[in-house]
Amino acid sequence: MSLIDFLEAKEMRRDLIVPRVGDRVRVHVILKEGDKERVQVFEGDVIAKRGRGLGTTFTVRKISFGVGVERIFPLHSPSIKKIEIVRHGQVRRAKLYYLRQLKGKAAKLREEK
Amino acid sequence: MVEGLIGQKLGMTQIYDKDGNVVPVTVIKVGPCAVIQKKTKEKDGYDAVQLGFLEEKPLKRPNRPTQGHFRKSGLPPCRIIREVHFSPGAEIKEGDKFFVDIFKEGERVHVTGTTKGKGFQGVVKRWGFRGGPASHGSMFHRRPGSIGASSFPSHVWKGMRMGGHMGQDRLTVRNLVVVKVDKENNLLLVKGAVPGPKGGYVLVRKNGFVRPNS
Repeated sequence: MSLIDFLEAKEMRRDLIVPRVGDRVRVHVILKEGDKERVQVFEGDVIAKRGRGLGTTFTVRKISFGVGVERIFPLHSPSIKKIEIVRHGQVRRAKLYYLRQLKGKAAKLREEK
Repeated sequence: MVEGLIGQKLGMTQIYDKDGNVVPVTVIKVGPCAVIQKKTKEKDGYDAVQLGFLEEKPLKRPNRPTQGHFRKSGLPPCRIIREVHFSPGAEIKEGDKFFVDIFKEGERVHVTGTTKGKGFQGVVKRWGFRGGPASHGSMFHRRPGSIGASSFPSHVWKGMRMGGHMGQDRLTVRNLVVVKVDKENNLLLVKGAVPGPKGGYVLVRKNGFVRPNS
């Protein structure tokens, strides 16, 4: 293991559940407003994961008031408080970008049995 | 206290700060460095220390002059030797060792290294010329264009930007913030990029170091 990997491993978060692509997740994000802290929840489907090591990120997509919203979270960021997995979706590819073209019922992911 | 230390660039990564912001960092293995020779104003005309970078592998077959040079400090011959200043009045003698902990988190440093060699490069890459159109019958793609007038001055002005060797120059990046100091593994994390390839040797110096000779 190189020294950089070692250094990264020390900074990584091991307390979080790592979501899989296709999962419906609830991401609890810590927001800082001045010196007050607030926790916001972002719920949606994980449509992509990229990067490795400390730089891993995942993309969560949800439909908010009829508009598609995507948010990219760094997996090891200290501003993520908790990741809850609501359900596992059954998917056949690593990137679910095709969901952007679909609406309503067609954009739903089948639940894994 | 010495002004700086020799290091080896290990590569780049990113870490998170307290607020969860991503900080791009370069990891440099800094030190341990040892004083090979102390130069004094009386003897050498200026004050400085010659540092050697202590690596796992010392020089395999040092020649006789090198052996002789290292005899006084009693150190194994090092590959990399650099000269740095030291604070006036500091008690430094040959054989003294210095570690990364001369740097503190939040401090600013200057990093000097040799940039990656690019070989013979044209004017577009080397000087940022815009070049010509790629298509529509254009025959002027990446050429430099005119390099001067005719009967006056009858020669090309000195310093005209043309193609040629690029890279492999000494370069100093100034005022990089020290993000982290890892004493255990002799690692220094600075924010931003540092000249040279992975494994390249760099000199890390303190910002705001008062040089005794200036």
